[in-house]
Amino acid sequence: MDRRYFLIGLTTAFTFCAAPILAITKAGAKKLVDSLVKDINKVIASGKSQKAMYSDFEKIFERYSDKSYISAYAMGVDGRRATSAQKRAFSKAFQSYIARKYGARFQEFIGGKLEVGSVKKVKSWYEVSTTAYLRNEAPFDVTFQVSDRAGKNLFFNMYIEGVNLLLTERTEVGALVDRNGGSIDGMISDLKKAS
Amino acid sequence: MVPRLSASRSFMTAFLVLTVSACTSIGSKTVSSNGIYDPYEKQNRQIHEFNRSIDKALVRPAALGYTSIVPDEIEDSVSNFSRNLSSPSIIVNSLLQGDLNGAGVGTFRFTMNSTIGFLGLFDPASIFFDIQEHDADFGETLYVWGVGEGAYLELPFLGPSNQRDTVGMLVDFFTNPLSYIGLDSPEKYFGAGSRVARGLSSRGRYSDAVDSILYESADSYSQARLMGTQNRRFELGDENANVEADPFALDTEGF
Repeated sequence: MDRRYFLIGLTTAFTFCAAPILAITKAGAKKLVDSLVKDINKVIASGKSQKAMYSDFEKIFERYSDKSYISAYAMGVDGRRATSAQKRAFSKAFQSYIARKYGARFQEFIGGKLEVGSVKKVKSWYEVSTTAYLRNEAPFDVTFQVSDRAGKNLFFNMYIEGVNLLLTERTEVGALVDRNGGSIDGMISDLKKAS
Repeated sequence: MVPRLSASRSFMTAFLVLTVSACTSIGSKTVSSNGIYDPYEKQNRQIHEFNRSIDKALVRPAALGYTSIVPDEIEDSVSNFSRNLSSPSIIVNSLLQGDLNGAGVGTFRFTMNSTIGFLGLFDPASIFFDIQEHDADFGETLYVWGVGEGAYLELPFLGPSNQRDTVGMLVDFFTNPLSYIGLDSPEKYFGAGSRVARGLSSRGRYSDAVDSILYESADSYSQARLMGTQNRRFELGDENANVEADPFALDTEGF
């Protein structure tokens, strides 16, 4: 009899332990992307100059993305041998590069719009699907991955029709390191010049 | 009478045989860092350089000219016409995949767009009925049948592909019923011509995006390989083949 109670107690304890402590909720992830998409649509519809749009997109990235994660991922294994000064310099150069590069991409959305769709839980984060509608194109999928890793809900990766933004950028950074004969400083200075 | 295409067909057949035999010889797994099997990287890179030079000298300028001179409405119509011509092939492949819904969508679109859409120049199926384009090709059929993607290949003029999709494309090319309808010139060139124009149209519209991959990235071959492969896997719903990273497992200290 005692043993049975003990087992029940043990099972209950394990169940509690196994239940992940998830602060991020489905509604929270959707809210972040709703707000992000609203801001992107606003910039697309604003009809501002290209330069003004870049700085708007830079602000959007600043506000909604998990910047330190994105930088760390993009640096990949080279991050292990980087000094803290190099890491800081890389983060700064990389964020501005991302805003320039993807700001330019979002320009193609002019006259189109993004619409938030379903939200799916994957391990400890959420995937929010959005659909992009562009002129005379079949609608296509843009997915944002959202986590609260940094203490608040932020997106940490983006997929356009299955193409993983982070993986693409890690490949690019890796190629820049190779081109500079393995030099991290050389890679950072190239990144500042890259569009 | 011997068809005039015979020379190019025998070349294609030889290519098909080569590709298929290459498919069967996959034994060792040398997967690149991003989960792509690329044993022919050296040859692929040469083709990539060729494609880049063709793009720079011919395709890019032609595409920019085409999209800037031709009004958007006409450009869209030409693309619609070309897409409509691939409908029979989409229907056949949907059936081969057991995708009755896809075959129905394809049939509806082909019927609507060929009639009230003036031979496919307009797309009333998506505008009035919200029946969007459904894509299917023989490469996808092979995937559904369980064939692996094989080695990565960059094809001359066509770009990123793999052994499975290359075989699929050749099969689609030779089995499209519309290519066997006896048309007099110049009508018989309408299909191919509109396909080329459709390609130019996308190259022109996404000019900055394509330029950033081909001319601004540090290693355009790797970028094209990664993007082409991931996008194709996504299209096929084969996303398990792509790697997922856990954001909580990465050390972000100092960034």
